[in-house]
Amino acid sequence: MSHKGKVSLVNGPVVQGDGMGLFKLNEMVTVGDKRLIGEVVALENEIATVQVYEETEGLKANEEIISTGAPLSINLGPGMLGNMFDGIQRPLKKIESISKNFIPEGIGLLSIDEEKLWEVNIEVKVGQKLSQGEIYGTIQETQSIVHKLMVPPSISGIVEKVEENGEYKLNDVIVTLKKDNGELAELSLVQKWPVRKNRPINYRIPIYKPLITGQRVIDTFFPLAKGGTVALPGGFGTGKTVTQHQLAKWSDADIIVYIGCGERGNEMTNVLEEFPALIDPRTNRPLMERTILIANTSNMPVAAREASIYTGITMAEYFRDMGYDVAIMADSTSRWAEALREISGRLEEMPAEEGYPAYLPSRLAQFYERAGCVETLSGKEASVTIIGAVSPPGGDFSEPVTENTKRFVSAFLALDKKLAYARHYPAINYLTSYSSYIELLKNWYRENVSPDMLPVRNKMMKLLQEEEKLNEIVQLVGEDVLPNDQQLILETARLVKKGFLQQNALHKEDTYVSLTKQYKMLKVLETFYDSALLCVKMGIPLTTIRQEPVYQDIVKMKYEVPNNKLNLLDELIQKIKVSYENLRKKYES
Amino acid sequence: MIKEYLKLEKVEGPLIMVSDVDNVSYGERVKITIEGTETRHGKVIKIEDKLVVIQVFEGTTGISIHNSAIQFMGKPLEISLSADLLGRVFNGIGEPIDGGYPIHTTNKQNINGRPINPVARKYPKNFIQTGVSSIDALMTLIRGQKLPIFSGNGMAHNELAVQIVNQAKIKGANSENFAVVFGAMGVRHDDAAYFKKSFESSGVLDHVIMYLNLADDPIVERISTPRTALTAAEYLAFEKNMHVLVILTDITSYAEALREISSIRGEVPSRKGYPGYLYSDLATLYERAGMLEDREGSITLIPILTMPNDDITHPIPDLTGFITEGQIVLSRELNQKNIYPPIAILPSLSRLMKDGIGEGFTREDHADLSNQLFSAYSHVQDIRSLAQIIGEDDLSDIDKKYLQFGKVFEEKFISQGKTENRSITETLDLGWKIISILPKTELDRIKPDMLERFYINNEEEG
Repeated sequence: MSHKGKVSLVNGPVVQGDGMGLFKLNEMVTVGDKRLIGEVVALENEIATVQVYEETEGLKANEEIISTGAPLSINLGPGMLGNMFDGIQRPLKKIESISKNFIPEGIGLLSIDEEKLWEVNIEVKVGQKLSQGEIYGTIQETQSIVHKLMVPPSISGIVEKVEENGEYKLNDVIVTLKKDNGELAELSLVQKWPVRKNRPINYRIPIYKPLITGQRVIDTFFPLAKGGTVALPGGFGTGKTVTQHQLAKWSDADIIVYIGCGERGNEMTNVLEEFPALIDPRTNRPLMERTILIANTSNMPVAAREASIYTGITMAEYFRDMGYDVAIMADSTSRWAEALREISGRLEEMPAEEGYPAYLPSRLAQFYERAGCVETLSGKEASVTIIGAVSPPGGDFSEPVTENTKRFVSAFLALDKKLAYARHYPAINYLTSYSSYIELLKNWYRENVSPDMLPVRNKMMKLLQEEEKLNEIVQLVGEDVLPNDQQLILETARLVKKGFLQQNALHKEDTYVSLTKQYKMLKVLETFYDSALLCVKMGIPLTTIRQEPVYQDIVKMKYEVPNNKLNLLDELIQKIKVSYENLRKKYES
Repeated sequence: MIKEYLKLEKVEGPLIMVSDVDNVSYGERVKITIEGTETRHGKVIKIEDKLVVIQVFEGTTGISIHNSAIQFMGKPLEISLSADLLGRVFNGIGEPIDGGYPIHTTNKQNINGRPINPVARKYPKNFIQTGVSSIDALMTLIRGQKLPIFSGNGMAHNELAVQIVNQAKIKGANSENFAVVFGAMGVRHDDAAYFKKSFESSGVLDHVIMYLNLADDPIVERISTPRTALTAAEYLAFEKNMHVLVILTDITSYAEALREISSIRGEVPSRKGYPGYLYSDLATLYERAGMLEDREGSITLIPILTMPNDDITHPIPDLTGFITEGQIVLSRELNQKNIYPPIAILPSLSRLMKDGIGEGFTREDHADLSNQLFSAYSHVQDIRSLAQIIGEDDLSDIDKKYLQFGKVFEEKFISQGKTENRSITETLDLGWKIISILPKTELDRIKPDMLERFYINNEEEG
């Protein structure tokens, strides 16, 4: 039984309706003759306030608002991977087939393809007891990903009827359960889930595995963790999007959900063109096969931008429940916060800091807390990692969104304008960034890379910090007056920056670097520092040290050592030792 | 017969309110007749039961509670579209102001447009040669890109925009299919005249459509000016398959008009009093640039904005930079050194450049050279500040080379004549000549084989 109300106020994406006392908060509704999609966000007496996910131009007073009876929900089932959706899970390719090139309003609720036939492998038998989260069927959705059909949360019972293995459409019932109360539950290939509600899990597991990204400054200096939360703040032009794309391409997650929230249309087009051509180094399949894109570009309606973040995280949780490690990239959470602010302003709520609503911190917390390493309902270990880009106005990190985000994330990769101007990419500031996952990942690095990895990392980090202090002096008096050992610190820090921290996303050898290679490169730098320090102590001038041919080999190692010839780095370490030993011998005699 | 409403509820700034109205739609166009003679236009911006808030494009001066008749036109603000638009001049709501006839056509479009579906876009990759070395080499303009000029009061942004228009048009096989749409928001009369004269003298005027809202024109019309301009551009690009270059100036005046109206409406302000939706609003303009998979034409958008107090963190340049695909920033310092165009290299950027340069587009050494020029010039800044403290004489030899590089780079590379049109080959060769002031060992951004091929050994010359 659907309820009806009448439009009484239109103010941009905010619409009020009269006679809506029976509507529920957060219920999805259709507004007006065009049946625009909206959500009830406030109720007062008979008046309900609705945020509309489509353009409201042309809407009149007294047009009808009709209830759907359900909160804003999305369909979870096969057909999401490799596709691009808008903020409320409407497939953009489907929209394109309805209306060429431009997005119209009033196309109604579309979702994943209901007509496509999927080859289903049913894995349960009549009489078997199934509880929530258990898997009753599998579909090879793409060559690299098996889609697992799970009993929706809060449903359990005895299998009453099972279909044969074969091809089915999304809504075909393939398993029927008899619940404890005698009711039947029909299970198809799809389940609905309200986007604003966390999907349940058994319990959380403490974080212990890194999310390997192949980016040296991240994996070595500020590692991310599977199930962790990361903020990536930076003003415009500091390379947020390139960094997010790099993470989406090379992270060792099973599934990537990429949310373009209020960003540029061309960037999403770029992902669509580029990802299918890129090969996942672990599965040798196109990266697109494990990727879901959500695009609510900056010119698309603002209310759907607010919803896009929830749509994305709900999809991520669904794949997590199958036992996958999922990483979700939200670019950018600032646009989402601004959407909150814009709607809040139209609702005439009392603003807090800089016009943002007072509930901004709690909304941010709710979002980031949906990340985690968990045991799923079916007893599998899986994770959702959230990587949120933040676009602080003027690059000023003291603004409300950055400040509040910092409270809820454990890794903070600060993108720096000055580094970006010098084309030092990725422009992650190595002094202000931090990752509190280092402690949690210590054992993992010790066992899987080298016991030496983090100590060497700390040594290099210390050099970088000392360089920063020395730079203050250099700016006043010049480099030449510093003692030789301090000059060596500057020199080594320069090498670390040029040869290690800077990484070329467009270079085929440099765009992704394995942890082993990162470790060996780090060892090369350490060997250089140690060997050169011995030379410096003997009074050999730094210019002589720099003139050794091996010095140029260190600078260029990132380009000249291919990823499959890591022994070249071992040879380089030997070469450094030998050349500087020879230099010292020459100097002695 | 359209119903007329003869009594207003309230007149405040550019807004009027009418009560007891039925059957009005949000965004609908309104015709206001004052004392039976003068006609003005408005738009419905809020409906609250039977009360309707209307924004008046031409301003509300002279309107009283009783002297006006309000008619609701039943549809949103639309403009007429035809190829006859070329060569004409219009105001911000698309009415001719050049004394010519109105455009007659059945093809009318809502000026708000609709968002381009990201899956229908074609990723822009075609290099546009502007003939300006610093832009072509370091922040390459791509067909279908939105690349704003961040300027300050009194700097040469207009000259630069004109130079880009004049020189970019030559490139490409079908230059006949080239059009310029010029939208002026709150610019001075002499600036508008300068553009017109420049288009005239370079002989492109037949390919130009101008939408003018000058500094003393009503501010509400300023809000619609870029929208009418972009609607015309979309028509030319996507229906007539033309390559359209859109110049919008000055975005700062546009945003200020938006702020003014927002404050009259009593909306909650965010940074510096600008409305919270400034980002979304600017995005609905900028995102209309681009290319479509199944169309030949393109919209390349160059918005110009003057940074208040030369502050790049001001909300207008800041939000613009987050939406556009890079920015060309002008520098007060270079301007004072009399360098034209005074392009501040370091904060400038073209995001689409990486896919539109290199082999097959410009030249294989382009990316490396450009990176090296950026990083070397950035180092020059550090050395300059050091030199100010310890004096140039005490600098190391290599630092002195950097200073020399910086000077030549500014005077020979960035600086060029207002009609000087350098080809990309000339630009890149010049870049190599200047970067070769530095010894080879300093050039760590360039791949070794490129360095071998292109580096010029200056020492041999003397």
